[in-house]
Amino acid sequence: MARIVGGLTTSHIPAIGNAVPREKELLNDPYWKPFFAGYPPARAWLEKAKPDVAVVIYNDHGLNFFLDKMPTFAVGAAAQYENADEGWGIPKTPPFRGDQELSWHIIESLVHDEFDVTTCQEMLVDHGFTVPMSLFWPGNSYGGVRTIPVCINTVQHPLPSPLRCFKLGQAIGCAIESYPKDLKVVVLGTGGMSHQLDGERAGFINKKFDLMCLDKIVNEPEILTRYSIHELVREAGAQGAEFILWLAMRGALSGKVTKVHSSYHIAVSNTATGLLVLDNAA
Amino acid sequence: MTTTHATEVELQIPGTYMFDGRAAMKGYALNKMCFSFNTAENRREFKQDEDAYCTKFGLNDEQRKAIKERNVLAMVHAGGCIYYLAKFAGIFGLSVQDVGAQQTGMTLEEFRKRLKAQGE
Repeated sequence: MARIVGGLTTSHIPAIGNAVPREKELLNDPYWKPFFAGYPPARAWLEKAKPDVAVVIYNDHGLNFFLDKMPTFAVGAAAQYENADEGWGIPKTPPFRGDQELSWHIIESLVHDEFDVTTCQEMLVDHGFTVPMSLFWPGNSYGGVRTIPVCINTVQHPLPSPLRCFKLGQAIGCAIESYPKDLKVVVLGTGGMSHQLDGERAGFINKKFDLMCLDKIVNEPEILTRYSIHELVREAGAQGAEFILWLAMRGALSGKVTKVHSSYHIAVSNTATGLLVLDNAA
Repeated sequence: MTTTHATEVELQIPGTYMFDGRAAMKGYALNKMCFSFNTAENRREFKQDEDAYCTKFGLNDEQRKAIKERNVLAMVHAGGCIYYLAKFAGIFGLSVQDVGAQQTGMTLEEFRKRLKAQGE
């Protein structure tokens, strides 16, 4: 049977996409050093865990989806996923392998559990997906891992609630664990932490709230599912609502969850960055 | 059902604009134009003749003025969604920090200082 070995979260700021290829030299750069310093323990955990598949829960920022058709939940079912020009010149990453059989198993299971998702046999993946993959698999060494993109709408309100996203994660967890093949799966939740890009409140960051979230999500995620989207916007900023992606990741882990590593830094671009590695023991 | 209308949220969180159905209708043409900037060819076409490009996408006067003045806050007021507007800003090499400074009326240096101060 397939087994979820753990969960990873990381911020996915586009500027990181530009910085990642120069990580070695930037380790001496005062702006980037505290950010990149957080990642070696996450990579070490991944090297040990050796997942076959990464389910990546992220948000599209206007590469694959536009307002003409905006699904709340979309699941990739392609053999391969491509990145493309997002308009501001971050380098294009090599394509990502898919796992169509597992994708359709997850889709069947989610719809059975009343999550009526949009299915995508073609899907461009943007920085919300690619930046975390490049961070966790340095040098874009993700060729050995197959991926399943799960996209949640954070562009256009109403967004799905934190509780709904947590339940989606639980349903994804059930789907994976009922898959008959012996696979090791890691679940990624990307984005966050507190940040706001638009309006006169741009630049808003809430360290206290972020640190509380980083702590509670490990063993008391239910507390965080009680927030409404509007409360998340108030506490974490307009784009800090991306925290719902972290909650979806956490929902998928149903075993004994322990924190392996975390890191927090203010700021890259306008964003408080957060990184979390959770082990999920049977 | 207990939902808060976006307008009320904006009142509760000053300087915050919820991009909801109301904004999505208002800003559709502007956002569609900015979405088109994913393609290098479209970015070139825009730069060659901005007015013609705005006309092609059917922007209204408020949106055209905001584009002309490179005024991101005015674009937000005109229904722009920041994720698409960022692609517009990218054409001019503006980062999200530049855009943040512009919207808050700070210099870039002041805006960066404020970001950093929130970590202390």
